Amino acid sequence: MYAVRMEKITKRFGQVVANDAVDFEVAPAEIHCLLGENGAGKSTLMRILFGLYQKDSGEIYINDESVAFSGPRDAIAHGIGMVHQHFMLAGRLTVTENIVAGDEPRKGLLLDYKKAREKVRDVSKRYGLKVDPDARVENISVGQQQRVEILKALMRNARVLILDEPTAVLTPQEVQDLFEVMRKLKEGGATIIFITHKLKETMAISDRVTVLRDGRKVTTVNTAEVSAADLAELMVGRQIVSQAGKGHGSKGKVVLELQNVSVRGPGGRARLEDVALQVRSGEILGIAGVEGNGQLELEEVILGLRPVSQGRILLNGEDITRLRPKAVRDKGIACIPSDRLKRGVIDSFTVAQNLVLGTQSSPPFSIRGILQARRINEHAERIVAKFDVRTASHEQPVSSLSGGNQQKLVVGRELTRRHDLIVASQPTRGLDVGATDYIHRQLLAMRDEGKAILLISAELDEIRSLSDRIAVMYEGRIVATGPADEFTEKDLGLLMAGHRIGVQDYESSPGSA
Amino acid sequence: MSLRQAPRKWLPGVTAWLARPGLSDILYSTVAVLLALLIGAVLIAASGRSVVAAYASLFGGAFGSIYNIANTLMMTTPLIFTGLAVALAFQCGLFNVGAEGQLYVGGLASAVAALTLGSSLPGALSILLALLAGALAGAALAAGPGYMKAKMGAHEVITTIMLNYIGIFLTTFLVKAYFKEPGPVDQTPFLPPSARLPELIPGTRVSWGIVLGIAAIFAADYILKRTSAGYEIQAVGRNPAAAEYAGVNVPGRVVLAMVMSGVVAGLAGSSVVMGTLYRFITNFSPGYGFTGIAVAVLARNRPWGVLPAALLFGILQSGGLSMQLFARIPMDLMTLVQGIVILFVAAPALAGMLLRRRTTARG
Repeated sequence: MYAVRMEKITKRFGQVVANDAVDFEVAPAEIHCLLGENGAGKSTLMRILFGLYQKDSGEIYINDESVAFSGPRDAIAHGIGMVHQHFMLAGRLTVTENIVAGDEPRKGLLLDYKKAREKVRDVSKRYGLKVDPDARVENISVGQQQRVEILKALMRNARVLILDEPTAVLTPQEVQDLFEVMRKLKEGGATIIFITHKLKETMAISDRVTVLRDGRKVTTVNTAEVSAADLAELMVGRQIVSQAGKGHGSKGKVVLELQNVSVRGPGGRARLEDVALQVRSGEILGIAGVEGNGQLELEEVILGLRPVSQGRILLNGEDITRLRPKAVRDKGIACIPSDRLKRGVIDSFTVAQNLVLGTQSSPPFSIRGILQARRINEHAERIVAKFDVRTASHEQPVSSLSGGNQQKLVVGRELTRRHDLIVASQPTRGLDVGATDYIHRQLLAMRDEGKAILLISAELDEIRSLSDRIAVMYEGRIVATGPADEFTEKDLGLLMAGHRIGVQDYESSPGSA
Repeated sequence: MSLRQAPRKWLPGVTAWLARPGLSDILYSTVAVLLALLIGAVLIAASGRSVVAAYASLFGGAFGSIYNIANTLMMTTPLIFTGLAVALAFQCGLFNVGAEGQLYVGGLASAVAALTLGSSLPGALSILLALLAGALAGAALAAGPGYMKAKMGAHEVITTIMLNYIGIFLTTFLVKAYFKEPGPVDQTPFLPPSARLPELIPGTRVSWGIVLGIAAIFAADYILKRTSAGYEIQAVGRNPAAAEYAGVNVPGRVVLAMVMSGVVAGLAGSSVVMGTLYRFITNFSPGYGFTGIAVAVLARNRPWGVLPAALLFGILQSGGLSMQLFARIPMDLMTLVQGIVILFVAAPALAGMLLRRRTTARG
């Protein structure tokens, strides 16, 4: 008997086949990874199982019983719970209120808060998921919020729990905690479907793995019988080449220079403190640091989106400190924003329209204020082909593209602008192995062409494998900078956590380097 | 999830057709109108009157003769302008509830310009200058909320609503204090014939104002689709954070969108004053600016959608009057139908629910 059996599931969105006759079986009380690149159809398949999408054809069985869900309500009634990548919580309400919402114990018309809290305590104790039932959701950590989501599902007697990319938002420690929770749930008899594209995590937690590629099922294997490399190959369908080596090409002149830049936020609190750094042409400077230590401010201050309280910013020796964003960009900065959906694309605009975002008023796309449709379309065709953006046509809205393809679009757009400096902020966040590798190669190629690249990333592996030099940020300050190979992973970890260690500023005076 | 993605058991061809951008909007608005007329029919029948007679007099009143058609077009004209004004602002994510006030100041500015110029200039030139005055006055009143929104984050709904009062009472004051024609009514003298918009169909009440309205639609559509400024206005409307990141001058575009909206709303007043009333009469508008919101909603904020939407409201107005006259069905019923149309369009979930229920019942 299978806890879940999906047979020949097919789902189309317009011309795109998201799931093509996919078979998927999950045994009771197992942790089953659904592995695949972005756009492989993992989330679609699970949304069908959770009743959010309707399948075009195929059958679903829960405990060998044929079912048809017309909405999540039906799925929940059959013991299926789903924790989405983006939490669906009300920040101003307490943990208890969030967990019981929709199924509240009542006293007359009002919520019986005491009873609700007891129920939450019970479930939380039973599964060993510690939460503070009275805390407001907006005040607890992301990891805690995820627990609230899991508890919400358990409260509704979920026996099959779907976790959609649950680790994307977690710190390494929180990931470990989550895995602990998953194991406990499994011991308690729950079945867990874990959607991911991360190989390490798949190997660490799952009993079995189903690999999807391009909407089709590749295979299902026992995790114990495969290696991470095997999975990677199944996932992308080609041998992953490890990082293209660093060129150690000749470094040229200083392109970007920050001279003791400080930024104060509301209330006068320092967001950036005395930041001094240089990026030369032909090098990648990696900014390492735990997110929220000034990276976003650094990105914004360079692009002119945030006023500088003190200090100067120079691009090719020219002061750009007080220029408007448009003027800054036109001086020759390409930028991959950290928040792609919020700032990188306009998702109801078409692919072609998005590809001129930022150059919409400059020649050749605009002449005397009139958009040049033919040029814009040619440009779109060129970038779509060159950067392998998978889309039915450049007339499609960007919202129809997968995350990886949206990022390729942003990268393609920015790298084809005239630029000397690339500010790449979290350029591969949420991307699968194939797209990540692709974007890394593009950055390295640009470096070899003599561009200066400022790489801001929360992924240490990414920083270490791409950067020529590394600067570590902690609480708005640069706490160490130096050639990449002089930092061990351990050094970086300690520095990022705010420890002062033996690593000195290798270039203590910016002018002498 | 939007309805466009909601899978239904229709023929794949139909689904693909529906998925085409724009087309589903047209279908949607059409269905909403038909449903509203259907409900209107039920209400007429329930009150014991003949549905056929009622709708016959409605459409007869709207289209029955050249004169009736002209009347319908006359009532459509200001709604084209005000609907377009609201739609334009909305393309930048702004809700201009101030079209009514902008219409009044535009109307008075045109009247004053025309009266001041007198018959000294050739007709075309004085018409042009009077229109320009109306456009500028409307723009000036709309620029304020745009600037306050851009620089101080003041919500444009609040500021434009408040400016409606200022605009309307300002015109009343100015007329009473400076431009009043002696007599019981607070109104200006008649405009010199050289500054009036000529009749489109001689002997009827429809003026060249409607042609001007269609030209405004054409211009707005062109600006939005084909110019960098239009691109940026829409970018700001859809995702201001991304627009700012890309270097778009967001406050500048917000002000520009409001100014464009104000120009068009001001011209709404000019078209009535110069093409229909031939003078400025205080409180002349039966709420054209507010009906414009309904027109924009029905048009789904697309410039070319404004034309059929305004026409529909024009038909309901002129046809409704004759329905009241000949079929003895109160005009209020047409107002009700208008309300239902808006309800369906503005609440797509509601109409969608009705549609889905019907299809699942059938399938």
